Amino acid sequence: MKSREKILSRILEHQPESTALPFSPEIQGNETGSLQIFTEVLTKIGGHVYQPGNLNIMKDQIRGLFPGKSRKITTLSLFSDLADTGWTIQSPSELKDVEVAIIGAHFGVAENGALWITEDQMKQRVVPFICQHLVLLLEKKEILSDMKQAYSRIGDSTYGFGTFISGPSKTADIEQSLVLGAHGPKSLHVFLLD
Amino acid sequence: MNHSELARDFNKDEQRVDWHDETLFWIRNKRDKAAQAIPEWEQLRESASAIKDNVLSGLHNYLLEFESNALRNGIKIHWAQDAAEHNLIVHSILKASGIRQMIKSKSMLTEECGLNAYLEKRDIEVIDTDLGERIVQLAKEPPSHIVLPCIHKKKEEIGTLFHEHLGTRKGESDPLVLTAAARENLRAAFLSRRAALTGVNFAVAETGEFVVCTNEGNADMGAHLAQVHIASMGLEKIIPKRAHLGIFLRLLTRSATGQPITTYSSHFQKPREGQQMHLIIVDNGRSAQLGKPDFRNSLKCIRCGACMNTCPVYRRSGGHSYQHAIAGPIGAILAPNLDMEQHADLPFASTLCGSCTHVCPVKINIHEQLYKWRQEIVKKTGVPAAKEMSMKLMKNALSDPALYRLAGKTGRFLLKYAPFTINNHFNPWYQQREMPQAPETSFRSWYLKHQK
Ligand code: SF4
Repeated sequence: MKSREKILSRILEHQPESTALPFSPEIQGNETGSLQIFTEVLTKIGGHVYQPGNLNIMKDQIRGLFPGKSRKITTLSLFSDLADTGWTIQSPSELKDVEVAIIGAHFGVAENGALWITEDQMKQRVVPFICQHLVLLLEKKEILSDMKQAYSRIGDSTYGFGTFISGPSKTADIEQSLVLGAHGPKSLHVFLLD
Repeated sequence: MNHSELARDFNKDEQRVDWHDETLFWIRNKRDKAAQAIPEWEQLRESASAIKDNVLSGLHNYLLEFESNALRNGIKIHWAQDAAEHNLIVHSILKASGIRQMIKSKSMLTEECGLNAYLEKRDIEVIDTDLGERIVQLAKEPPSHIVLPCIHKKKEEIGTLFHEHLGTRKGESDPLVLTAAARENLRAAFLSRRAALTGVNFAVAETGEFVVCTNEGNADMGAHLAQVHIASMGLEKIIPKRAHLGIFLRLLTRSATGQPITTYSSHFQKPREGQQMHLIIVDNGRSAQLGKPDFRNSLKCIRCGACMNTCPVYRRSGGHSYQHAIAGPIGAILAPNLDMEQHADLPFASTLCGSCTHVCPVKINIHEQLYKWRQEIVKKTGVPAAKEMSMKLMKNALSDPALYRLAGKTGRFLLKYAPFTINNHFNPWYQQREMPQAPETSFRSWYLKHQK
């Protein structure tokens, strides 16, 4: 017998009598999450949240945050005047010098400040991780209250790769002192638009 | 050396032990605050526990369901009966692509399997990328905690290591500077390595995807840059439905560090275009544990580390004293399953206070299982001399009322006049403790006196 069969037969022999899956508790609280809680939580874990009012103000804010000629890329044609939209690569490591990446997020979650992003929004999976600074765009109405709602929104969609991002990359491995920018972005900026 | 001897060594540096103890308890307090902020916390624990019970009771079919969905997604599935087979599979995947250098993000399973040492013997270089794991790797030590691998190290020691290996300034111990140096050094590794190994936090039967959680982003940097992604997973990591992630992700990091969620919760459903994605399902004693009714629910563990942070013995003995990849209360249940004789000391490394059970997000009855292991061990292998004696004394005392009264009196006498005697003979745990003040009269004498 191959290992697979041996393992499976041992499990079959040993697994206890079947128990039921729990009845899933009803969704608690509001259908839509609170903008205020989302902002508070995300700020507390090191993210920056902006409500620019309109697109032009937002662009000015981004220019203000990242002056200079460093490499900026985006997957949103909206920002073609700010960042490179036409980038194509042979290997993901070619993105190693990206300073700023601007991409969209599907929705945010108030209870933990996380934003759900899928591969189609990144173009290359490594984009939101390899950049030095990450800018995410989110529609204000797309804030859910908790993870239960988040998964009911995700449903059975297929995405290849998807991730919740909650704040900048961080570590506290050296004597529990919090340091932002472990391996991923050193800062996260979330712009909320109407 | 056994656990209590190693713990005694750890306790020689009093300042370090105090720091270790207080820091872990501070994290435990952060966990409490995070849990209290969620009104339905207990309901979440209840659900998580019930889902995991269901998983164990239907594991056979869930694994098959996961396998067929993952295969359809383009993930290659491998099965390993034990550590040796797991290591062999990793090696053969690397060999097939002619790869001699690999980066790795945190995976306790590969620690359990001794993968690094195995590959190094075969001339394959492994670089750990989680900062804490990188630090212990440079120090040639195993991690001492499943979530906080170098919690036993002081920043000055890390500074010395980095000076030696990464060329930071001599005497530099600022965490900001040290982290920046590691970031730069490891970035070069991420960009040049063709293979990346990650752990797995959850694997969803319904969708054939797996989820990896990190704060640093190292699993993602590795996986998305490499041509070959290998994920190693214990077979108990299965959950039935994607929606169940909504429960587990709410519990995991709040229990671990008090954060609302890890910075990254990445869902790998399909390989990237042109990438190979392998997933190794590892048994290594788990299917045997499943057959032990008293111990099987230790397989519900989601590796949050909360039981370690709260454990008075772990906090004052350090992870290395357990001599097992998973330390602390849960490690003391899992280790004897792999080798009861070798780890016979671990179930005794507990006060049975039950604090672990109290914080466990999946409601494992940890302290009860520790107690059950003690009974098994006494039955089958005998116990280390000191404990055997104290247990015998205890047993005799408990079964003989006259002896019990005497032991009570002797105990008080020794506590009062010669605490070192009782310390050394009755319980190794008291060696590092201030003993409580002995009351002038015992409750029994007091009761007899006042009854009249
Ligand atoms: S036993 Fe429970 S508390 Fe301990 S690591 Fe596992 S899930 Fe966390």
